Amino acid sequence: MAAPLCLLFRHSRAAWLFALIASGTALVISILLLQQVLATGLISYALGGWQAPWGIEYRIDTLNAFLLLIISSLSTVVLLAADTSISKEIPKEKHSLFYVLYLLSLTGMLGIVATGDAFNVFVFLEISSLSAYALIALGSDRRALWASYQYLIMGTIGATFILIGIGLMYQMTGTLNMHDLSNRLPEVAQTRTVFTAFAFVIVGVCLKLALFPLHLWLPNAYAYAPSIVTAFFAATATKVAIYLLIRFTYSVFGFSFSFTALPLQLLFVVLGVLGIFVASSAAIYQSNVKHLFAYSSIAQIGYMIVGFSISTVAGLTATLLHLFNHALMKGALFLALAAVMHRIGSVQLSALKGLGREMPLTMAAIVAGGLSLIGVPLTVGFVSKWYLVLALLENGWWPVAMLILLGSLLAIVYVWRIVEVAYFQPRVGPGELSKDSVREAPLAFLVPIWLLVIANVYFGIDTRLSVEVAQTASESLFGLSQ
Amino acid sequence: MFLGLYNYWIVVVLMMIGFYIVIAHGNLIKKLVGLTIFQTSVFIFYISMAKVNGGTAPIVGDGIEIYSNPLPHVLILTAIVVGIATTALGLALTVRIKEAYGSIEEEEIQKKDNSTC
Repeated sequence: MAAPLCLLFRHSRAAWLFALIASGTALVISILLLQQVLATGLISYALGGWQAPWGIEYRIDTLNAFLLLIISSLSTVVLLAADTSISKEIPKEKHSLFYVLYLLSLTGMLGIVATGDAFNVFVFLEISSLSAYALIALGSDRRALWASYQYLIMGTIGATFILIGIGLMYQMTGTLNMHDLSNRLPEVAQTRTVFTAFAFVIVGVCLKLALFPLHLWLPNAYAYAPSIVTAFFAATATKVAIYLLIRFTYSVFGFSFSFTALPLQLLFVVLGVLGIFVASSAAIYQSNVKHLFAYSSIAQIGYMIVGFSISTVAGLTATLLHLFNHALMKGALFLALAAVMHRIGSVQLSALKGLGREMPLTMAAIVAGGLSLIGVPLTVGFVSKWYLVLALLENGWWPVAMLILLGSLLAIVYVWRIVEVAYFQPRVGPGELSKDSVREAPLAFLVPIWLLVIANVYFGIDTRLSVEVAQTASESLFGLSQ
Repeated sequence: MFLGLYNYWIVVVLMMIGFYIVIAHGNLIKKLVGLTIFQTSVFIFYISMAKVNGGTAPIVGDGIEIYSNPLPHVLILTAIVVGIATTALGLALTVRIKEAYGSIEEEEIQKKDNSTC
């Protein structure tokens, strides 16, 4: 949308302001869209005046509008802190380019969510991921380059898989419009081509999603990217991939095909639960806090996948809720880490010793976010886990519910490690981290961090908005598919 | 059966060659080459899918009744651009990796990372 214009601004502060305005505008538009969709239902916009099955159509229903809101709001909040954060981590002359990439990435994600055309999804996916690779490579550590390269290989394979899947679907139906596809696919559902297309799309999306066995690119990419980039991607990128998964399985291929023709349900439950456990245990042994939270992201994706695989309205509601809530908590956590990075230049666990006294507000935000990850009542994490467990019990899957509660116990362990180091150990840093150099994070960090933390608590207590939207969205998905 | 669909066999063979190179080779440039082959095979897949037997290029003219389907070709133009961008970015990253690590072999890079950790 606005990224090319951003190139014109050579001065970094001007570029920042411009990016902020663009992202803020997107936020306002998506709030208005959500209201309109809730009031009147589906909105469709034919791009370039060509009508829908032929032209490219932008199609907004409750689910899209909800996702648009999540992405644009998180990106705006993260951008608030971006100016201060990148001043230390990225060389001065690259600042305006940073914002160009950031806006491109944002455009890509919004585009994926808004579009109703299967091929357009691929194009936007590549826009957002190409800029993501470049953003990650901006990290100051040289390992950032390696992480970015690995991500590039994995991401491209994933995107190409999606492309093959879309091609096979086009071959069978002769249409690329998602709505049209969902009408025509059932006629040819029993052919092997459609099965293959489905398999390719699912595997491709799961690569982007970092579902458990395909997650290897994620921890390094998150850990070595510039902190602000991590905050942005952790809060939005995987959510977009989950959206794609939901969109393809429920709307395009249709519920009955996705869940009866293949053992998808079983597969996803097993992978989701495994993901929760493997990733949480890996998180416990990390010494880099960014790595730790990256692994915890993978575990949280596991929760979403479990909710998704229940394939009832309640389960899907839980997934969407967790999507929203996880964006809030991870946004807050990684922003707080960015603040720590800004002040002490390291996010090793050992560097956090006694930081609870030096940076009380920032560390308090990390604790609040951590509590939310565990799912303590009065935070958003509790709400979504509550809905998830309810949905599981409703289906009689109580062993899975037990496993999920056990997984939360693992979350307690890794969050406690941070709390212990930050609050109960004396501050003995190496020489250059002498005591007086560490102060509370600047206001540019504190405002967005606490905005997110307050949102965490607010949506943990007053769940009406998020639950209602998630419920309408999942009901409409089931309405579409039956 | 086999010969009639030979273009698809070529696609599958190319795809597997590319995929194998990406997985099996440690050299970053070779990985990128594999990735490009992998992507190209998908392009061929789209293009051959749109070809109608006996059809001509989709330009309206006298006495021509069968046209190839132009849409996949247009799509693939977009995909080729995406592929070029990916390759360019990958090569740029490789250059910077070479500058930072002094090597483009996966194993050596990993060794250097482990020793600094």
